[in-house]
Amino acid sequence: MARLYEFQSKKLLKEGGIRIPEGEVASSPEQAFQIARKIGKPVVLKVQVWVTGRANFGGIQFAENPDEAIEKSSCLFGMKVRNFVVEKVLVEENLSIQSEYFVGLVVDDAQKTPLLIFSSVGGTGIEEIAQVHPEKIGQIPVDVVRGLRDYEARNLVRRTGISGKLLLRLSDTLVKLYGVARKCDARSAEINPLVLTKDNLVYAADCHLAIDDYAVFRHPELGIEVAREFDRPPTPLEKIAYHVEEKDHRGTFYFLQMTEEIPKEENSIGFNGAGGGGSMMSMDAVLNRGFKLSNYCDTSGNPAASKVYRAAKIILSQPHIKGYFASGSGVASQEQYHSARGLVKAFHEENLDIPGVIRLGGNFEEKAIEILATYLKDIPAKVEGYGRDDSPEFCAARMEELIRENDFAGHEVRPISDPIIPEDVYAFETFTGNISIDYKKCSDCQTKSCVEACKADILKLDDGKPVLAISKEEAKKGKCTECLACEIFCTFHEQEALTIHLPIPGLKEYREKILKGK
Amino acid sequence: MSILVDEESRVLVQGITGREGMVRTRLMKDYGTNVIAGVTPGKGGEDVYGIPVYDSVEEAWERQGPVDISVIFVPAALVKDAALEAMDAGIKLLVIVPDRVPIFDVLEISHAAKERGASFVGPNTLGLVSPGKAVLGMIGGRAERAKEWFRPGHVGVSSRSGGMTSAISYYLTEAGVGQSTIIHVGGDAVVGLSHPEVMELFEQDEQTEIVAMFGEIGTTQEERVADLIERGKFTKPLIAFIGGKAAKSGTRFSHAGAIVEGSRGSYKSKVRRLIKVGAHVVDAISDIPKVAKKLSKGDTQ
Repeated sequence: MARLYEFQSKKLLKEGGIRIPEGEVASSPEQAFQIARKIGKPVVLKVQVWVTGRANFGGIQFAENPDEAIEKSSCLFGMKVRNFVVEKVLVEENLSIQSEYFVGLVVDDAQKTPLLIFSSVGGTGIEEIAQVHPEKIGQIPVDVVRGLRDYEARNLVRRTGISGKLLLRLSDTLVKLYGVARKCDARSAEINPLVLTKDNLVYAADCHLAIDDYAVFRHPELGIEVAREFDRPPTPLEKIAYHVEEKDHRGTFYFLQMTEEIPKEENSIGFNGAGGGGSMMSMDAVLNRGFKLSNYCDTSGNPAASKVYRAAKIILSQPHIKGYFASGSGVASQEQYHSARGLVKAFHEENLDIPGVIRLGGNFEEKAIEILATYLKDIPAKVEGYGRDDSPEFCAARMEELIRENDFAGHEVRPISDPIIPEDVYAFETFTGNISIDYKKCSDCQTKSCVEACKADILKLDDGKPVLAISKEEAKKGKCTECLACEIFCTFHEQEALTIHLPIPGLKEYREKILKGK
Repeated sequence: MSILVDEESRVLVQGITGREGMVRTRLMKDYGTNVIAGVTPGKGGEDVYGIPVYDSVEEAWERQGPVDISVIFVPAALVKDAALEAMDAGIKLLVIVPDRVPIFDVLEISHAAKERGASFVGPNTLGLVSPGKAVLGMIGGRAERAKEWFRPGHVGVSSRSGGMTSAISYYLTEAGVGQSTIIHVGGDAVVGLSHPEVMELFEQDEQTEIVAMFGEIGTTQEERVADLIERGKFTKPLIAFIGGKAAKSGTRFSHAGAIVEGSRGSYKSKVRRLIKVGAHVVDAISDIPKVAKKLSKGDTQ
C-alpha cells in the first residue's frame, strides 16, 4: 500500500465534500508563520510522517499566534521520527472539540468485501477502547458494486448509540469517505479522530489513506513516487531499485532495505530471494543461523537476466555485508539459467569479495549451476551453486561456513565506471541497455559462437562478423531478451569483443557518496 | 477423483495469443489438459497450437459447446473485464494467472462470482494440477517437467506461494508420495478460493487422504482453516508449514498478502491456532514428506 501523508489525504477528503480544518502544509518555519497569519486563529502544528501517536513524542504542537508558530515549528523541522526526518509540517486552525469519533475502511479478506468500521469514541487509544467497549464499535460490509447506501451508514452509526442530527452528519461523512476511498483505490482509509466541534460541525481532524499499489497506475494525479508498502520513506537505494522495476515489466524485482547503515562488525547478508513464499522460507533459514539481513529482495516471475544483474548490483551497493545469499522455493517453473547469467555478469564486474551461496532450484537448474561453476571460479570470492535437492537449511549452513572461511570480511563497495566503448564499433540498443561489438577483435575469433549462444536467434554472421538478423527497432523493442549469453560466451571463450551495457540510473552517484562518506 | 479439474474438464484460454498465453497453452496441451478454445478479441479465426481462437468467450461457447474452466492470461488492467466476460458466458471456474490486479477489481470479480455461483483461483496464481490428468495455468513451466515433478496420489496440496506449491509437491514425489490436486491459491491479500475453501473441497474428495498446506503471514486464511477443523468441517489430517517466522511486523514482502495486521495474521497466531486444533505444523519443508508418509494409510501412490 502506498501511504499518503495527512495533508495529501485531507486534500482528497475535501474534494470529496468532507469538512477539514483550514490549513496548509509548510516546508519551513517562515512558511508556518505565513500560514498561521493567514488563518488568523490559534493553530496546531503537526509533523507529516507515517507514524501514529505523534502527540506522544512531541510531534504535535499548539501555537497561539504566528510568532509562536515560527518558534514551535522550528523544533519540528528536522525532527527524527523512526526513519523519517520531518520535512513538512501541517499548520491548521485549532478546533474546539466537543467529542471524537473514529471511522475506518479496510478490505476483509475472508468476506472479500470492503468493511466499514465506525466507533462512537475516537482519538488516541482507539484499539484499547475497542477491546473494552465493543458496544461502541460497529462494522458493515459494503457492496462493492453498488457502493455504500445512506441508510446503511445511518444504521451503522445508530447501532453505536448515536441519534438525531449528529447521526445524519456523521453518516453523511461515512458515505463521502467511502466514495473518496473507492475513487482513489484506497486499500485502507481512516479518519481518527472524526470530531464534532463546539459549534456542532463535523470535521476530519486527522486522516490516513493508503492506495492499492496495483492501482497506482490509475492515479497519476496522486504523484506517488514509489508504490510499495513502507512504514517510512524509501531509501535512496530503494528508489534506484524501484525505477529499475518500473522500467522493466519482465518479472518481479522488489527491493527493501532492513537498514541503511550496516555496522562493520555485524553479520549481515545481502539477500536475493525468488518468490514470496520461497523467499520467506529461505530468510527464515538464514536468520535461524543468527545472521541479519541487510535487505529483502525478490527476483521472480521469470525476470530477464539483465534484471537479476541489476538486482545483484544494487544488493552489492551495501557496504559491510558478509555474504550473498540467493534462494527461492527451490522448484521454480522458470528457466534458472537466466538468473545464473545475471549473477555471473554482476559478480565479475564487482570482482566479488564476499562468498555467495546461490540456490537456483527448478527448471534447468543443472545448467544454471554449471554456469555459476564455470564462470565464477576466477573471482576472489567463493560462490557455490545449489539446486532443488539442497535444502535452504543446508544452504544457510554453507553460507555460514564460507563466511567463516572468509574470516568474516565485509564487502567493500566499488565505484562504477562507465564502459569505454570505441567509437567505431557495431552497436545497437536493447530493451534496457545496449550492445556493442568491436569487430577489430572479432578477426581473431575462431568460433563466432555469440551467434549460436543467442537464444533469441537475433544475431547472424555477415562477412564473418556478427550483426543483427532483425532490425534495430525490433531489438530495442524486446526481441533481444537480454539473456546475456552472447556476452558471457565472448568474454570467457573468445576475444572480449562484445559488451552489454545495462545502466542503472543513480547507482554510480549513490556509490560515490558511500565511498566519500567512508 | 481430484478437485476442480480433471482430464475431462473443457478448458478455454483468455489471452491465448499473448506471450504468456501461448507458452502456457503449450504446457497445458502437452500435459493433456483438454484445451478446446482460446479467446483474444480481434484475433478470431487464428489458431494457437491447433486450438481455435475466437473474438469472445460467448463465440467460443457457441462454436465449441459448453466450457467448464477459463484460464486468464490478459494484462492485469484487463483482468476484471475478462473475468466478467467469462462468467457472463456461463463459465463456473476461472483461473486468474496475472499478478498486480487492483484489489477493488478482485472484489468486483468476487461479487459477480457469488451472484453467478462461480468461483475463481487467483489472481497471482501459478495455477493448479491434478497429476496425470490436467494442468491449469503455468505450474511446472513445461509439460515434461510437470509430469516428472508431480505424480498422482492421495495428498492434496494448497499453497499461497507458487514456488512453494511446486517445491512441496516435488519433495512429496521424491519421497514416493503422490498428490491428488496441487493448487496455488494465489499470493494476494484477497483471492478467490482461499485455503479454507480449498480444504472444504479436499474434504469432499475421495482421492485425497491428507492435505499439505503452505501458509504465510498476513490475511486470516490459516486461522480460518483452524476454525473449520474446530467445527468438524475439515476432518482429514493436515500438515501445515507457515513462512515468515522471522518477518518484522508491518513489513510487506512481494506477496501482497504478507501484511501483518495486529496479532491476527501473525506467524504466532497462525501456528498457535493450527496446533491447537491438531494440525501437524512443521518447521522445515523437508518434514512435509516425512510426516505425510507417517500419516499415510498404506499405499502412498
